[in-house]
Amino acid sequence: MDLELLIDALVAGLLLGGFYGALSLGLAIAFGLLDVPHIAHPAFALLGAYGAVLMQGWFGLDPVLSGLILALPFYALGVAVYSFYHTTFERRGTDAGLRGLAFFFGVAFVAEVILILLFGIDQRGVRAPYIGRALVLGEFRLPWRMLVASGVALAIAGAMALWLSRTYVGRAVQAVAQDATALSLLGADPVRVKRIGFGIATASVALSGALLVVVGPVEPGLARIYIGKVFAIVVLAGLGSVGGTVLAALLLGVIESVMLSSPVASWTPAVAFGLLLAVLGLRPQGLFGR
Amino acid sequence: MDKGVLGRRAVLATSFGATLAAPLVARSQPAGSPVRIGFSIAQTGTLAAGGRPSLLARQLWMHDVNARGGLLGRPVELVFYDDQTSAATSPAIYAKLLDVDRVDLLVGPYGTPVQAPIMPMARQRGKLLFGNFSFRANEEMRYDRYFNIAPFGATPDAWPGAFVRLAHRRGLKRLAIMVADAEGTVTLGAGARETARSLGMEVVYDQRYPFNTTEFSSVLRAVRSARPEAVYVGSFPNETAGIVRSVAEIGVGSSVQLFGGGMVGLQFAPLLESLGDAVNGLVNFQTYVPERTMEFPGIREFIDRYAVAAKAGGVDVLGFYLAPFNYAMGQVLEAAVKAVGSLEDEALSRHMKSAEFETVVGKIAFGPTGEWRDPRMVQVQFQGVRGTDVEQYRQAGRQVIVEPPELVSGELRMPFERARR
Repeated sequence: MDLELLIDALVAGLLLGGFYGALSLGLAIAFGLLDVPHIAHPAFALLGAYGAVLMQGWFGLDPVLSGLILALPFYALGVAVYSFYHTTFERRGTDAGLRGLAFFFGVAFVAEVILILLFGIDQRGVRAPYIGRALVLGEFRLPWRMLVASGVALAIAGAMALWLSRTYVGRAVQAVAQDATALSLLGADPVRVKRIGFGIATASVALSGALLVVVGPVEPGLARIYIGKVFAIVVLAGLGSVGGTVLAALLLGVIESVMLSSPVASWTPAVAFGLLLAVLGLRPQGLFGR
Repeated sequence: MDKGVLGRRAVLATSFGATLAAPLVARSQPAGSPVRIGFSIAQTGTLAAGGRPSLLARQLWMHDVNARGGLLGRPVELVFYDDQTSAATSPAIYAKLLDVDRVDLLVGPYGTPVQAPIMPMARQRGKLLFGNFSFRANEEMRYDRYFNIAPFGATPDAWPGAFVRLAHRRGLKRLAIMVADAEGTVTLGAGARETARSLGMEVVYDQRYPFNTTEFSSVLRAVRSARPEAVYVGSFPNETAGIVRSVAEIGVGSSVQLFGGGMVGLQFAPLLESLGDAVNGLVNFQTYVPERTMEFPGIREFIDRYAVAAKAGGVDVLGFYLAPFNYAMGQVLEAAVKAVGSLEDEALSRHMKSAEFETVVGKIAFGPTGEWRDPRMVQVQFQGVRGTDVEQYRQAGRQVIVEPPELVSGELRMPFERARR
């Protein structure tokens, strides 16, 4: 591989990783900090993507703006889903994790069927000035849609990091991840904290879902493609690390991009997930976990 | 429109066919013991965009054949389930079709990976199996009661080779091959490679990218660095959208004269609508387009009728790629049953091997492996596409046939970067 191609691949990988980071950040909170086995996370992102499609059809809105607007109803959705999950599974005891997994699998399946009923099985896309165009920098051409996706990912990550470190609820979410019992002894309600945390995580999914449809057209089964990827990123980062999630996503993006540019492109998933296994073997807490 | 036959309810209901594990039966003029034709068909999953038009076309044929008095004086009934485009689902469905529903005639699922597990079962039961666009599914088994309605032909280069032959005829020597790492597209890549070697072309890039890749900037940069003159692409619909978008953004380099070949999805209206004029310049496979060289008796009328039903049913409104062929499948079965006078699999197979059938997609004759004796895959170039309105594709000149020579309907535009504008 020549140097120019390698640099191209690295830059494209960083942009791709930024997009993966945007998709994974909500899961870093929901799964990494709140310990909720939220495998419906990509399905929720897909709901956000279709929401952006609808908002553009109805009001002609830019998809990223739609994602921001949809964050509020998605917060309510997250609160409702967590409340149901807690009441039905979490508070019942030790096998809540496994049964919760089945619950969220069911939620993902129902979300897919709802999308099929409402939109059919065909691909849906959006239009925006930054889709289908590239920023030209000498020999390099960078797709604007990927630049937007990466920029929004950094914004989400920054907002989440600030929220977790500077707000009472954010610090409480970190505390509940460490010791829920100790938190309750301090007078805080861990369930309420988790409900708010899950709501915030789901609100961020609305925005990352909008990025999903900016990056490419969507169809109801698309969420399945991303399940393995977003979980791999969160686990690779170390559960609950926001900064680590972004860095792990960038790492995965760069590895994928370099592999796709190489003479062994078909090995891309094997190398990416091989790295995950290697990291977990050498450092079980993940790259940035404590 | 007969709601019972073509209604949205029937189409939507198939989405849940496998889940409910109950047969969805489209009836028309029920009288006497029906001739039951069984199949699974993708109504959800990767290939659903092709499964739905296929089903609609068969329902149109069922409506027509019943209006003509059915088969052997009995009404025709379609028994079908959604296989979710899954090779894991289709064997159980076909076991049910044979053992529980006890269908008389068997039609294969849409798509090579879903079709492949059905072949041994059909052979074991001695059933005639009419394949729906599986690529070389009978190559190894050589089952003598298998037929394919797709005009792919039996040789590996009949489909992908058309693009490579076109490139060679235009004096291009350096070929890049990029295909999805999945059964159907890998076979396409092999066909392109084989044809290139036989023609003495140099393959300067030959890669499989992972199935369901969403972002293609890196792959296209690697292709561009190899400086090919023609790029053969074998991709599935989601990937096709990503590739076309990345091509528009980062380009493929000035050396590329031809780009495309085996991109699945560009045959269907929803993706064409989504991609708009970004498809201009692409050269890609098709089975039928409304060009003057493909005027078969009855095809225009069929396409017009199909469009009305498709709009009502929320299905691909163009339906060029699969719908006429699935209607033709019914016409072949109808003619064969009429000629043989029974539903007996062996007699029907024997007749289908030797006869020639008049259909809306022209004359069809089958070769030894059940593929079309005279393959007829065409390569078309998208030209003059403006905006996102798919109705423009009903006019001649939007998908200009550039291969094979006997069906050419317009001038090929090269190089690719200029053809895109």
